[in-house]
Amino acid sequence: MSIDLSQFIPSFLEESLEGLELMETSLLNLQQGDDDSINAIFRAAHSIKGGAGTFGFNEVTEFTHLVETLLDEMRDGRREVAQPDIELLLVSVDCLRMLIEAIRDEETCNNSNILATAKRLELALDHSNSESKCKLSNETSDQQNNTNATWLITFVPEPHLVQTGNDPLLLFNALSELGEVSLEAHSKDIPSLLELDAEALYLSWSLAIKTSANEDDIKEVFEWVEDECQLTITKKPIDNQDEKALVTPLHDEMVELPLAKQNPSTAVSITQEKKSQKAKNDSGSIRVGVDKVDSLINLVGELVITQSMLSELGNDFEMSKLARLTTGLEQLLQNTKELQESVMRIRMLPISFVFNRFPRLVHDLSKKTGKEITLVIDGEQTELDKTVMEQIGDPLVHLVRNAVDHGIESKAVRLANGKAEKGTITLAAYHQGGNIVIEINDDGGGINRQAVFEKALEKGIVDANTTLSESQVFDLIFEPGFSTAKELSDISGRGVGMDVVKKNIQSLGGRIQIESEPGKGSQFKVYLPLTLAILDGQLVKVGSEVYIIPLVTIVESLQVKEQLVNRVSGDMVLYRLREDNVPIIPIYNLFNIPAENKEISNALLVVVEADGQKVGLMVDDLLAQQQVVVKSLNENYQQVDGISGATILGDGSVAMILDIPGMIQMALKKSQRAQQVKLAKKPQLEGVSS
Amino acid sequence: MSKILVVDDSNSIRDMVSFTLKSAGYDTIEARDGQQGLSKAKSNSFDLVISDVNMPIMDGITLCSELRKLPSFKFTPVLMLTTESSVDMKMRGKAAGATGWLVKPFNPEKLLATIKRVIR
Repeated sequence: MSIDLSQFIPSFLEESLEGLELMETSLLNLQQGDDDSINAIFRAAHSIKGGAGTFGFNEVTEFTHLVETLLDEMRDGRREVAQPDIELLLVSVDCLRMLIEAIRDEETCNNSNILATAKRLELALDHSNSESKCKLSNETSDQQNNTNATWLITFVPEPHLVQTGNDPLLLFNALSELGEVSLEAHSKDIPSLLELDAEALYLSWSLAIKTSANEDDIKEVFEWVEDECQLTITKKPIDNQDEKALVTPLHDEMVELPLAKQNPSTAVSITQEKKSQKAKNDSGSIRVGVDKVDSLINLVGELVITQSMLSELGNDFEMSKLARLTTGLEQLLQNTKELQESVMRIRMLPISFVFNRFPRLVHDLSKKTGKEITLVIDGEQTELDKTVMEQIGDPLVHLVRNAVDHGIESKAVRLANGKAEKGTITLAAYHQGGNIVIEINDDGGGINRQAVFEKALEKGIVDANTTLSESQVFDLIFEPGFSTAKELSDISGRGVGMDVVKKNIQSLGGRIQIESEPGKGSQFKVYLPLTLAILDGQLVKVGSEVYIIPLVTIVESLQVKEQLVNRVSGDMVLYRLREDNVPIIPIYNLFNIPAENKEISNALLVVVEADGQKVGLMVDDLLAQQQVVVKSLNENYQQVDGISGATILGDGSVAMILDIPGMIQMALKKSQRAQQVKLAKKPQLEGVSS
Repeated sequence: MSKILVVDDSNSIRDMVSFTLKSAGYDTIEARDGQQGLSKAKSNSFDLVISDVNMPIMDGITLCSELRKLPSFKFTPVLMLTTESSVDMKMRGKAAGATGWLVKPFNPEKLLATIKRVIR
């Protein structure tokens, strides 16, 4: 029977990558004598080796074997847990990752690094490939004389043999697969009934087998019991007269596959089949905890109960049953809500999936820069939507690199400023409202506001007369083409990153905020929605249209007070909101639609914020706040400026979801075109589109 | 139908072993470490136990010696699934009451052939 295991390759690869991540994390924290961690690392390597062997990924098997041997020596205490070995193991983890990713992506991996690392491992092990050579010779030497011979076997098991689950009958069955067996049982050792232990074995046997197999093959049958029996195997001289009686030529064909021998052809066919398999698996998978699925099934059960209750009510409804109907509908509401939350939870993964890569990153960076850095990770169990997770990784890497490169000062500077020699970077994640907040804190030198401003001047991003608030100066960092590093370093790149970082975060419906104190450090706060599929929205009415404003963008809603309206700056009407001047954007004007109220003096304003810019959206009425399911406008229609998507409301009508940053850009551009108004609020952003 | 308990901390290995056994007509129950295996053993009866050695929480050797303490597992075959064929490992396995061992890399044909040797 041939069993195709290729369907398990993707899960093996995924598991291996997870294992490598675990190895990496544990290696970074490895101390002498930390047996649990060494065991965990060893286990991970061990599993990878085992799986790779099954599928015939020989490169992986061989490489992991070296890694495993090194780890084994550490585990047994034959080798000290020393930094050079840890570094070597970390590099090995990288190599394995490359190999496994190459298998996954169906590429050939011929990175010279891998070969070099394997060499280094062999050197470290100090018995360079002697072991693998001896393995090879073992495998090839077995097949020799296949002429039939008769072997005489005596088998005297110890009384407790059956208590390890071994059964002589099954052993003899296995033996009979090698050739013709005849046997005789000896019962002379059976004690009297009084002394007899019912669980013990008192029999012994003499056997003769006529087989083309050699002594090793026969021994192998008894391999599991050889320490629990007296076993003799002797070859009967060829010229023995009795031999003929035992020979039955029928069994010449019985030498099938030797049991313990690998079948290399299976491994090969699996590798080839795997290629065609790959395309199907691109849809990606999520590993979901059983508890989440269970709760889902529970909820569906409740939903079914509610449904049957409601349909029973509907069969012959009378007004007297109204109370029960209301209860039923409430239950339905509750069920739906819980079901929705449960389904959303399936897509949620702990942010540790992203955070896991940072210990290694910081470890490598601190080596490269010669800065000593402690990385503190907090809240790694905070859950986040898988899609958001996949897209936030790179921006976070960039921010952490920046923190190491530009944030933390060199040792000398730190000491001179009376700080601890070792810098600290903290990564933290937590939920706040409907958002997840990710903080990247460093206790470095902080952002030099003057330097940022001067650089922006030099790059022509601002002009000299502009007065900017503290946070606005920091926001300049996110402008395209901005870089404060005096010399470009290969760590944080060429300053092309920060604007992309911000763009990526915005495309996820999030925002980023900087706080910094000279000499004390900086804090980057990334706010992200928990999911992209559902949005908490404020429904507003303009004319006959209903629009949805994402709740995260709303600062406050207010009734305009005439005395706070400032019409001096031409086309743009400003509203005095405490210390800010907020431009008023009438939605009807922006989208060219009719409205009930076009008079600013008694208007209703929804103050929203995006990119650090506040504006007041003028609406006719505030309706409900509710969660809406986001439908892509791109997929169903086309991209429309100022609109980020659409949703279907309870009454079946379609409502547009407003793209707040996009609307602000639109409004600013519109007013710029109308008149070159200099916004006191913010320098103009040329060439930035939503 | 013979029922087999499969204990391995690696999802893919466990899935593969289970898949192989099922396609050969065996019934399987899975556990991801020794402790879980033990508790499943206590609430079910099995014709065979196949267990990995290196596992978190409770390793395969401990599982085996714990199983042997249960009356219903006194004679049940227990196979250890191991990567090494080291003598030390085998000795420890035997001492704990293991019936025998299967050496990885896992090969479905080999697994089924071996099982035939221990299942009554």
